Amino acid sequence: MSETVIKVENISKFYQLGLINHGTLAKDLQAWWAKIRGKDDPNSRISLVNPQNSDKNTDFIYALKDVSFDVQQGEVLGIIGANGAGKSTLLKILSRVTSPTSGCIKIKGRIGSLLEVGTGFHPELTGKENIYLNGAILGMRKHEIDRKLDEIIDFSGVEKFIDTPVKRYSSGMYVRLAFAVAAHLDPEILVVDEVLAVGDADFQKKCLGKMDDVSKKEGRTVLFVSHNMAAVRQLCTRGILLRNGELVFDGGTEKTIDKYLSFTRNPNFCNHIVREENIDSKISIKELFIYKNDVLSDGSYSAGDKLTVKIKMKYQRKPNDFDYGVLIHIFKNDGTRIATSSSMLMYGKTYKTEPEVSFVLDTYTLVPGKYYVEIATHNHFKKEVFDEFKNAFCFAVEKSDVNSVGYNYGTHWNPWVLIPVQWS
Amino acid sequence: MSTEKENWTTVITPKNSFFRLNLKELWQYRDLIFSFVKRDITATYKQTILGPLWFFIQPIFTTIMFLIVFGNIAKIPTDGIPQVLFYMNGIILWNYFSKCLVSTSNTFVTNSAIFKKVYFSRLTMPVSNVISALVQFLIQFGLFIVILIGYKFNGANFKLSAAVFAVPLFVLQMAVLGLGLGLIITSLTTKYRDLTHLVGFAVQLWMYATPIVYPLSMVPEKWRNLYVLNPVVPILEGFKHAFFSTGMPSITEYGISVAMTVFFLVIGIFIFNMVEKNFVDTV
Repeated sequence: MSETVIKVENISKFYQLGLINHGTLAKDLQAWWAKIRGKDDPNSRISLVNPQNSDKNTDFIYALKDVSFDVQQGEVLGIIGANGAGKSTLLKILSRVTSPTSGCIKIKGRIGSLLEVGTGFHPELTGKENIYLNGAILGMRKHEIDRKLDEIIDFSGVEKFIDTPVKRYSSGMYVRLAFAVAAHLDPEILVVDEVLAVGDADFQKKCLGKMDDVSKKEGRTVLFVSHNMAAVRQLCTRGILLRNGELVFDGGTEKTIDKYLSFTRNPNFCNHIVREENIDSKISIKELFIYKNDVLSDGSYSAGDKLTVKIKMKYQRKPNDFDYGVLIHIFKNDGTRIATSSSMLMYGKTYKTEPEVSFVLDTYTLVPGKYYVEIATHNHFKKEVFDEFKNAFCFAVEKSDVNSVGYNYGTHWNPWVLIPVQWS
Repeated sequence: MSTEKENWTTVITPKNSFFRLNLKELWQYRDLIFSFVKRDITATYKQTILGPLWFFIQPIFTTIMFLIVFGNIAKIPTDGIPQVLFYMNGIILWNYFSKCLVSTSNTFVTNSAIFKKVYFSRLTMPVSNVISALVQFLIQFGLFIVILIGYKFNGANFKLSAAVFAVPLFVLQMAVLGLGLGLIITSLTTKYRDLTHLVGFAVQLWMYATPIVYPLSMVPEKWRNLYVLNPVVPILEGFKHAFFSTGMPSITEYGISVAMTVFFLVIGIFIFNMVEKNFVDTV
């Protein structure tokens, strides 16, 4: 049943660096003259290795380098990577806005792109006129738009203003109308780039729902680019990871996200962290000891293991015990804040001259995955933060077994946390 | 496996094949062309008081201007044709040509924002420009005919010739010539932006190298052969001959003009085709 609908074969793309100005014509003529005499272009200094980490003098930069992958019918492929990894270039090539420098892409079916909604809207035209214009730009025939007009207007939620020039629309209305047109394009392959950043929460939900429908119910293929890992996790069935223009990973969504996040965060676990930098604050964090069940940790925890952290601090002038506390935040590796706790609530606890606190965390409520911890000293009541230790350390939860049934059903659904539930 | 290979609807490769005219694709986007034409016409005069009347105002005032400057001050003869008709005849066809040329030559620069976002047959832009300029031309042409009939009723001395039937061909050739030259220029503007500045006044200067404000008969005999190499000249002369029987340019002169028109169109489409795929990276 599954059929390859996109075949990307060894795509490379490089861009010329620097200005294109009066020097261009002279260089072009030189290059042309050299070509006529069968010589190499004297101005070409293209290096075949990625110039980002080698020769600074090259005039070209690789945006994509030898990327190959296939996409099957009905797949929702998430394309992730840091800024400048080549995601947008890849989408531009796929949607034929620009062409690759070498390589070849074969596509089955019509590609509809939501690279930027509202392209070609004319401010003087009314909403309805713009639906026709924008639809035609996106490749719809007039009779298709006639058929879907009511649906589009309904989806956009601007039916009251449909005969008003769009220049009088609020930006939200404008974007909603634009997305409505794009969403009803019904292409076999849909290319989406960060459009979810627009609109209010309600509209975003509608968009995600529409994309879900498109892929799951109608069996269409979706290529989705986003920095929002939660959305990628929710929508995609497969992921590819790009880094510096190269395809570095191709596999399941979860694994791809992990891989991506492990590039961005320090993956080396250390159970004794001494903070080198000198922090000028009333109370600064100096040292951390991380334990697993009372012994120094290896960074990996499974169901029911206790995570203990001892935090050593230093102060400039001895504060009143009630004046400060330690705050911890636990984040999932995609940046979602899972839990927060503060020692401010432990009134009356006397700290020693070398102030030190510990906290113990039961890991059984955590879904398997990677987490990182941020530690800060603060005064909750005065809304003051003295010292913030971001990305203090990270740890992994291998498996969890909240209900002690020997098998974890929960993680199949990707919940945020696991909670103990009593069944009877 | 072999059957699968034939099923690809789109194959993206680094360069277009040597001379692949995307006429089939252009045809698929015919609805888009008409949407653009409609947009151009409705949007131009929105929120104006005079609205579509502006279509008339421009040629009328240009004609009056020419009447005063060239007819009454410089006293340039018009070969016995009523001055108003003589100037207007040249102005409306020239306007059409210059509009086709200028708007086509700006294709990549003015539309780069939209071209960067979404793919559609790039040729739709210039083609729709030419069509919306045609609508404007037809309206002005209607005005010209009305004035022509008015003069005839008042006993003005001129007669139509059989070339009237060739008028659509003259108009078509003007469109094609403007489009062809425009395509060449716009393809070059993707790299050399200087041309956008050049085109505007080059078109103005070019007008004085055509028999619009003076008759062809005023051109010295020794320069005439060179003069008619200007491909616009035989078309304008034919268009004038159609209504005033002023004399048709010779077959050779006209043939050269047609050959140049076709040549520019072919070269234009060829260069446009080469540039359109990657212009996004340089504009």
